Amino acid sequence: MSAVREGARQAMAWLHGWTGLLLGWVLFMMCFSGTLSVFKPEIGRWMRPETVAKADPVDAITAAITWLAKNSTASTGWYLTAPDERMNIVEAAYDSGGADLYRALNPVTGAPIARETLGGEFFYRLHFELKLPYPWGRLLASLAAFTMLVALITGIIAHRRIFRDFFTFRPGKGQRSWLDGHNALGVLALPFHLMITFTGLVTLASLSMPWGIVAAYGSNLTALYHDMVPGAVDRAATGNKAPLAPIAPMLREAQRRFQGAAIGRVYILNPGDAAAVVTVFRADAGQIASTSGEISFDGTTGRVLADWTEQRPALQAYNVVYGLHMARFAPMLLRWLYFLGGAMLTLTIATGLILWIVKRRERAPLSLGNLILERLNAGVIAGVPLGGIAYFLANRLLPLGVHDRAGAEVSAALWAAAAALLAGAVLPSKIAWPLLLGLLALGCTIAPLLAPLSFDNGALVGGNLVLIVSALGLAAIVVRQVRRLRGPVPIARKARAT
Amino acid sequence: MAGGAQARQNWRYRANIAARAVAGGVGAYAVAALFAAALARVLPVDRVEAVIPATLFAFLVAPGVTIWAFLARGPWRAWAGVIVAILLLGPMVWAAGPPA
Repeated sequence: MSAVREGARQAMAWLHGWTGLLLGWVLFMMCFSGTLSVFKPEIGRWMRPETVAKADPVDAITAAITWLAKNSTASTGWYLTAPDERMNIVEAAYDSGGADLYRALNPVTGAPIARETLGGEFFYRLHFELKLPYPWGRLLASLAAFTMLVALITGIIAHRRIFRDFFTFRPGKGQRSWLDGHNALGVLALPFHLMITFTGLVTLASLSMPWGIVAAYGSNLTALYHDMVPGAVDRAATGNKAPLAPIAPMLREAQRRFQGAAIGRVYILNPGDAAAVVTVFRADAGQIASTSGEISFDGTTGRVLADWTEQRPALQAYNVVYGLHMARFAPMLLRWLYFLGGAMLTLTIATGLILWIVKRRERAPLSLGNLILERLNAGVIAGVPLGGIAYFLANRLLPLGVHDRAGAEVSAALWAAAAALLAGAVLPSKIAWPLLLGLLALGCTIAPLLAPLSFDNGALVGGNLVLIVSALGLAAIVVRQVRRLRGPVPIARKARAT
Repeated sequence: MAGGAQARQNWRYRANIAARAVAGGVGAYAVAALFAAALARVLPVDRVEAVIPATLFAFLVAPGVTIWAFLARGPWRAWAGVIVAILLLGPMVWAAGPPA
């Protein structure tokens, strides 16, 4: 290899390291929560184990609207998602008395589920809002996604032998093993990593890259919105009260016009007002493209106001890119592949962050900066999943009916992650790692035991299995770490043993 | 310690990296933003249908510029590339005038 190309390869390796490190922990959290979000509805079912009632989407939405009409005050809109084979609740987002609420409604009674929880919505929001106020969370997530894209591309360029890395793993050899692991995890699912990073970047484009919009529309966002969704009916409330017409006929009409495709989201704007609008969206499960069609009805008469199917190639392309990221179209097998790909990307990031330290530690004593990174690594890489498991445990342990129960679950997650971060900072890393991963394994073992198992609840069984497998994997790692803590295995003894 | 020369070399290295980092960060974003704006105006289709490919491709342009900033022979070349791109794209956006 010529000196120039070797120099370029090294420059790319350097850039790969630094871009990966720059927002590596943020990316780790984003990938972890994004991976879980693949199973957002199933996590919801795991977290509401008592809710087993099922209802047809039309009946469920009707029940939800009946409840909302009685119990939400002065709402400007009800944004509902109908149940399907994956989700057995009506997801409702609405404002009531000035507060924005998110509720899981029983598909039969329409009332909120007693075990109040955000379910998978917590991970979904965390994935791109990072628990930061709008728009900062989304901007930081965009920036992180961008550094990830650069890290992926430079990682590819920096590699001498992409194909051979597929098959290379040399365990028990310190830096080399971490490098092999990082390479294998990164290379094996590389097309997925590139796809999910690019499409993720695109989902926040209107915020992070609005300059095409600005050039074409200036500040005329009404025109933009109209062009993006020409089928949308947006009309201001009149202030005159009028009851909502029966919803079921509207939903049936929408189903008929979708030609058998299921109804997905149902939005009611200005409920209770004479200018109420009911908009029904086609479910995203039927095609890769998200939001491919919508029908709007006059809320008081039930008359069709607009019927729109997206057919413009550019918009369809965008919806496909968006849909590829959201994976709502994916059937079960593909969803598991998304989960696996996401898990591999999460581990690629974790091993990359660890590799940064291991590499420097093998060369010379760590600088102060790297010593801090080493400790933060343990706190973040173990702390983020510990937050997740605390969230699940809080879901099982918090009494029903306690004030702001859903919020308390989130607090449990944040406090657990903060405690892990503190422990990682205070303890030497060879103690912090086994301690925190041990706690994580313990949490993964306890969580499945806290609800009665019923074998017809697939999400409960599947979720518990994932937890148990995680616990076993973590336990194996902790055992190794503890053994090493007792002192390195003398080479002579190792040789005799084999 | 052979302080002087060492320190000067350190400083040069840091300035090199800093110049490239700004070119690959702020510069890359500026080029991508101008690219999106120019393409959104130049593509001969409905404006919403121009905005979408313009925005999607901008996300490929940005990492390209970032990588260029660190691949170029020296920081001056890195910046020269960024400035040439801006000088090519900027007038296209300017020539298109304010949006209708």
